[in-house]
Amino acid sequence: MDTMAAIKQTFFQECEEQLAELENGLLAIERQEGDLETINAVFRAVHSIKGGAGAFGLDDLVRFAHTFETTLDLMRSNELEITPGLVKLMLRSADGLADLVRFSRDGADLDRARIAQLNGELSRAASGEAAAAHPEPAAQAEPEPAFEGEPTADENGFTPIRFSLDDLLGGGMPAFDEAPAAGGLTVRFKPKPELYAKANDAVVLLRELRRLGETRIACDTSDVPLLTELDPEGAYLSWSVDLDPAIEESAVREIFEFVVFDCDIDIASQPAPAVEALPELPEPAPVAEARPQPAAAPAPAPVVEASNVVQLAPEREMTPTETLIKAGQTPQPAAAGQQTTIRVDLDRVDRLIDLVGELVINQSMLAQRVTEAGIARLSEVAVGLDDLEHLTREIQDSVMAIRAQPVRPIFQRMSRVVREVADMTGKSVRLVTEGEGCEVDKTVIERLADPLTHMIRNAIDHGLEKPEDRVAAGKPEQGIVRMTAAHRSGRVIIEVSDDGAGINRARVREIAVKKGLVEANAQLSDGEIDDLIFHPGFSTANSISDVSGRGVGMDVVKRSIQALGGRISISSKPGRGTVFTLSLPLTLAVLDGMVVTVSGQTLVVPLTAIVETLQPKKQDVHGLGDASRVIAIRGSFIPLIDIGRELGYREEEADPLNSVAIMVESENRSQSALLVDGIIGQQQVVIKSLETNYGHVFGVAAATILGDGRVAVILDVDAVVAGSRADAGRSDISNRKRNAA
Amino acid sequence: MKKVILTVDDSRTIREMLRTALSEAGMDVLQAEDGVHGLEVLQSSMPHVIVTDINMPRLDGFGFIEAVRSNDQYRAIPILVLTTESMDEKKDRARRAGATGWIVKPFDPVKLVSAINRVAA
Amino acid sequence: MMHVSEKDMSANSELIAFRLGGQEFCVDIMSVRDIRGWTQTTPLPHSPEYVKGVINLRGSVLPVIDLAARLGFKATEPTARHVIIVTQVNNQSVGLLVEAVSDILTINAGAIQPTPDVASDLARLFMRGVLAIEGRMISLISLDCVLPKSAESAGTVH
Repeated sequence: MDTMAAIKQTFFQECEEQLAELENGLLAIERQEGDLETINAVFRAVHSIKGGAGAFGLDDLVRFAHTFETTLDLMRSNELEITPGLVKLMLRSADGLADLVRFSRDGADLDRARIAQLNGELSRAASGEAAAAHPEPAAQAEPEPAFEGEPTADENGFTPIRFSLDDLLGGGMPAFDEAPAAGGLTVRFKPKPELYAKANDAVVLLRELRRLGETRIACDTSDVPLLTELDPEGAYLSWSVDLDPAIEESAVREIFEFVVFDCDIDIASQPAPAVEALPELPEPAPVAEARPQPAAAPAPAPVVEASNVVQLAPEREMTPTETLIKAGQTPQPAAAGQQTTIRVDLDRVDRLIDLVGELVINQSMLAQRVTEAGIARLSEVAVGLDDLEHLTREIQDSVMAIRAQPVRPIFQRMSRVVREVADMTGKSVRLVTEGEGCEVDKTVIERLADPLTHMIRNAIDHGLEKPEDRVAAGKPEQGIVRMTAAHRSGRVIIEVSDDGAGINRARVREIAVKKGLVEANAQLSDGEIDDLIFHPGFSTANSISDVSGRGVGMDVVKRSIQALGGRISISSKPGRGTVFTLSLPLTLAVLDGMVVTVSGQTLVVPLTAIVETLQPKKQDVHGLGDASRVIAIRGSFIPLIDIGRELGYREEEADPLNSVAIMVESENRSQSALLVDGIIGQQQVVIKSLETNYGHVFGVAAATILGDGRVAVILDVDAVVAGSRADAGRSDISNRKRNAA
Repeated sequence: MKKVILTVDDSRTIREMLRTALSEAGMDVLQAEDGVHGLEVLQSSMPHVIVTDINMPRLDGFGFIEAVRSNDQYRAIPILVLTTESMDEKKDRARRAGATGWIVKPFDPVKLVSAINRVAA
Repeated sequence: MMHVSEKDMSANSELIAFRLGGQEFCVDIMSVRDIRGWTQTTPLPHSPEYVKGVINLRGSVLPVIDLAARLGFKATEPTARHVIIVTQVNNQSVGLLVEAVSDILTINAGAIQPTPDVASDLARLFMRGVLAIEGRMISLISLDCVLPKSAESAGTVH
């Protein structure tokens, strides 16, 4: 890739970061949590995008960004009152800007009409309400030159002697270079002290002049004062330069472009005057005998603290009209202890994680071989192996932490989804989020975007009632969609809820019957009806609005979540609202598990689900109905689940007395006892995907490779538990061949 | 001797473009991402010219220029600001703060180099 | 029935030929990644009969399909002499259980004849055509349909 293409890629990456900053800042302002620095950051984000876009000739983007930036500039300089309506316009404009960026990047669809409309609204906001521009701060007054008189004897008794530099230099105006041809320009140039104070240098300029062509430069030193009066920061020299006729005035002016204000300059096309007689320069500029005031403070200052200097910048007081910005806040410098970060190629991180995974497998294979070789548990080898295991675990945790990221960006994307869907459906919605800092493996986060988007669309489109209906029901007009993330028993739990009307169970049931998903006379619990919406083939065809999209049903959402090794459940209260709960593995890579045998097969049960294990006793096992069994534990009856049968490994029932019962707790906190043949041990396993090369299988969360190199299935506890519950009413085992759960 | 240019800009894109243009012109480039960072870099190096943006977090261009000009060690380093055409007011303010010259964004690499040549030998 | 496109007519292909169920088949060598001896598979719950299970292929989980069963023949009783051909289809790796590999053939695409009409529906689903080589008839297999299409069909296709 050539350099420009690489920089363009950098630019678009940066745009994404700026767009995120932009949205965050505007949301903070909307929540009345913004201050001057927030709005400055918002301005900079748009300004930055515009700057880069200009460099790549992305004119549409530049134009819109410019209008946007202009309005923001007025806001931050307090010339535009920041009203809630204005902030909403800013948010919509931010969305429009994001669309333009993506259009410029990939040619994605662009709603030009909407951009044009936003542009118009922004312009109107900027011009219609802008206060009269602040007058330019008065230019710094030039200091009056002090006047020096004749030298007199000083306190040490020395009488100063006049000494003329002219004498030293051979008198008058020394001439350099040969005279160029006549008829060219003559430049008369007398720098003021400001010129030097700004680190311009007359010598550099003169050299540049010489580069243009033949020149003759003459220096006038007549203003140089006595040494005692010489101000090291003064400007006493002036020059006269004769230029070759071939040199154009525009080239000359360009050289002096920066210093025009800080010098007396005269460019005339006259024949070069006699070198000795330099005419007086026209303007009575303050002569350099004075002690000029350089633009900067002369006193040496240490490198200033950021906060000190920044206070010089804001020139305007904040007015009380800035209701959405905290008044009187000084811009904060970056928080102390800001962490340094580095950018790392994701491929490298993935490779590292793979290697660490292999390390874990290797280490456990080694441990197995050592045991098989009969080496004593307390021998040095075994102890060393234990150390190795601890070390491996630590390395693994650290490496996993690299890829763990907060869910914040995903949650933020949702706020735009909420805005758009609310607009489209004419509903008033507020998004509340919690737990944005909750960390999840990066690959999991990326694959959450689509399912979450769909759930939010659903919640607003179907869940929330229209504003007037809500009011009629005694609810606040504005509906709330809530998204939370938290860690719980080794998993990430994400909840998406709304305070709408809840699932219309009668309707769902009706549709399910119509589509042949359930029998007309089937007895279904509320939970079972709710679960119907996850069924492939179920979609609320009647109310397909543009919003939720055709044919993207909750079954697709469910499959996406399952593909991540997670699960989704639903809970709804009529009139009150609906909650979707997602449970996801913390990382896609590693799991602590209990290795068990079932029907000759080796399985792994995730440790996080296990409460305890026990050996069933005859008197504790009871039949329940014709197809179920329960086990009595400390006074309660827990359903027994025959794993061998559930997974289709065998038809006959397991003998509980010859089995081990593993008590597990599922997502909904209910308990079950899994019957397995025996327990081999506990170990950490590397999760290998089954989906990659095969697909989803009922009862299987993923696979792993054990110490002996064989593949073992990792049990999806909740799926198996739910499956056995559903089957409780049916005695036909062949019905268990399905994937829903 | 190769000129050393310190570029101060919070945009990665602009930093990269400046680096490309300046290296191709045979100059060495130091980078900083805002005024505070720029001052840090100055503590350990003495560039021939500084090129700085105006809008930056933590310490903006004006503050940065003022800080440089108020420090005896660095006050003689020429500073060019990156400005957008329309913001004449910014240019003036930059000059008052002590900027030596300016470069208009989006910048033309040729103009960038000629501007540098005008302020540093 | 799959058609060989016109532009393939002049190109040469390399094919791996193998035996199963008393017949000979072949697949495009471009989709073959590896050939291994039979190792015991880990069965998957509720999988169709032709899915033998999964094995560990250098750290990833590889499903193994009993190609004979898939084509409608009797299910294979694998022994150490059986072979797994590791193929790659649409970014997925799949192992095919066959009796033995017989040959590597280089043929001109024009040599592929259409599958005879008498073939069963199942056969037609997988076969791209047949080759006549030295008096043998070798059927060309398309791998696209070998794996179950989706999780649902995993439980229902016979």
